[in-house]
Amino acid sequence: MSQIESAFGSPNRAMSSQEGSMSLKESRSVFAVNMRRRQLKEKAFFGVIFCATIVAITILVYLIASIWSDGWPYLNWDFFTNFPSRFANKAGFKSAIYGSAWLGFLTLIISVLFGVGSAVYLEELANRSRTNRWIELSIATLAGVPSIIYGMLGLGIFVRFFALGRSVIAGALTLSLLIMPVIIIAAREALKSVPTGIRTGAYALGASRWQTVRDHVLPSAFPGIATGVILAMARAVGEAAPLIILGALTYIAFVPENMFDSFTAMPIQIFNWASRPQPAFHDLAAAGIIVLLGFLLICNAAAIYLRSRWRSHKP
Amino acid sequence: MASSSSQRWARISQWQRWREDLVLKALFLCAMISIFTTLGIIFLLLSESLQFFSHVSPIEFFFGTEWAPLFEPRSFGVIPLVSGTLLISFGALIFALPLGLGIAIYAAEYATGWWQKILKPVLEILAGIPSVVYGYFALNKVTPALQFFFPDVEVFNAASASIVIAIMVLPTIASICDDSLRAVPKAVRDGAYALGARKSEVLAHIVVPSALSGILASFILAFSRAIGETMAVTLAAGATPQLTLNPFVGVQAMTSYIAQVTMGDVPHGSIEYQSIFAVGLYLFLMTLAMNLLSQFIVKRYARKYE
Repeated sequence: MSQIESAFGSPNRAMSSQEGSMSLKESRSVFAVNMRRRQLKEKAFFGVIFCATIVAITILVYLIASIWSDGWPYLNWDFFTNFPSRFANKAGFKSAIYGSAWLGFLTLIISVLFGVGSAVYLEELANRSRTNRWIELSIATLAGVPSIIYGMLGLGIFVRFFALGRSVIAGALTLSLLIMPVIIIAAREALKSVPTGIRTGAYALGASRWQTVRDHVLPSAFPGIATGVILAMARAVGEAAPLIILGALTYIAFVPENMFDSFTAMPIQIFNWASRPQPAFHDLAAAGIIVLLGFLLICNAAAIYLRSRWRSHKP
Repeated sequence: MASSSSQRWARISQWQRWREDLVLKALFLCAMISIFTTLGIIFLLLSESLQFFSHVSPIEFFFGTEWAPLFEPRSFGVIPLVSGTLLISFGALIFALPLGLGIAIYAAEYATGWWQKILKPVLEILAGIPSVVYGYFALNKVTPALQFFFPDVEVFNAASASIVIAIMVLPTIASICDDSLRAVPKAVRDGAYALGARKSEVLAHIVVPSALSGILASFILAFSRAIGETMAVTLAAGATPQLTLNPFVGVQAMTSYIAQVTMGDVPHGSIEYQSIFAVGLYLFLMTLAMNLLSQFIVKRYARKYE
């Protein structure tokens, strides 16, 4: 490097710092570039970069393999049909699975309704007023708020102020607020990618703004919105911190009957088992993690499938 | 957006006009939820914190070095909690920054074929794993491994939390760095290649410096996520608030204090209940400052190529 620089008269600042210690002999000739050393550097650079990648993949493989080997022996039919228990060999995951299903279902309805609604408003109907700038600013802020703060909001507003107690609906409302920014951002991206021609075409045929959105824009943005919603749901179902702040870490040996019942959920039960000192409970936690990860994997696969189909069908 | 002037020519019934109006208002209300949520968070944190500060002086809270809120004599100095959070977060960044940047460079510049196909799903799966799983992993796999190498590591320690949080924020760093590396235009690289630079030289001296604003922003975002992380920290780092730089002993982070208090049944209006909101407000302001800083860096220092 330094030889070429000297050929131009002035040293290049960005490059000279590392090459400054080169021996005089090398720098004497303008064109005798030190190929061997540079090739070595090239290889070393690639090696370091490649190692970083390998480390990430190894960690993922080791994480999944070790959890699988710990939890597999506990993963039998009893595990799915028993309630939590003080005895590791009798403890099961039933109330957690049902609780997560309830939570997921309610969160899905609430967050999709309001999240997609906000996205449609901001992307399709809103004009650039001051209020709408405030809305966008608050969405950007909310997207960076830690999940534990949402838990405190839920504790203060839903559990105490609206007196919903530690119920499924309080948990679902908290989780909905948590994933709404994610859904809004994803849905806006999907709406943005709908070509303007679809809208102008509908307008030209006399459709109103809402008719255009409902009958033309939303259907063509559907796969994109669905992908975002699925990924957000995967996050909501795996989230434990806000629910623990709500006070959901209690012994629940029943299935919630309606949305005002108290509940437990998969990540909470896993946390409960993992924080006990006995090793047998740690293996139970691993079994729970397998169930949870299995569900998340299905969600992710669905999202990847939807996205790939959407890409290939896009005009 | 396209103008809706075509409406003027269509025959719109009264009912339709009413419906349009209703839909617009309903969707506007949906959008307002975000503002209400933000205001709700700020109002709740502030009002409970103000009650807390009527019992405990802010000077004791912000500068006190002993945190013992649950036992007599009580003491509310938040510095041990903040230092616990920062110790874990900085520890996480030490692992996550080089790895994340390395992965991003590999993904953006080197990966071809099979590797390219596998890398993004791997990162997405890592990003999708819930934090309670990482907590389990820290407690049951990372800590025993650390104890194997360093026998004096405690069961609850900051180092294991740091390591799993590093894995957790890796996808954030890698994907943002990847995007900003790809945004460096081809002409800039070609110019460097034309001067005889090799690929590693182009990357280290041209591409990475050009993408520096995005890379920095990703680091700050990762830091903000590490501060707000709860489950892994609660499970792995323990619940002993202490002012230390030793990563092999247990510390209590701000988030794990909040979780610890709410796991017990705390009566509404007690000082423990109010203290979690004061800690929460501190945490909220820290993450907010980090996020604003990263947005500022992207806006102010992003290089525009046109």
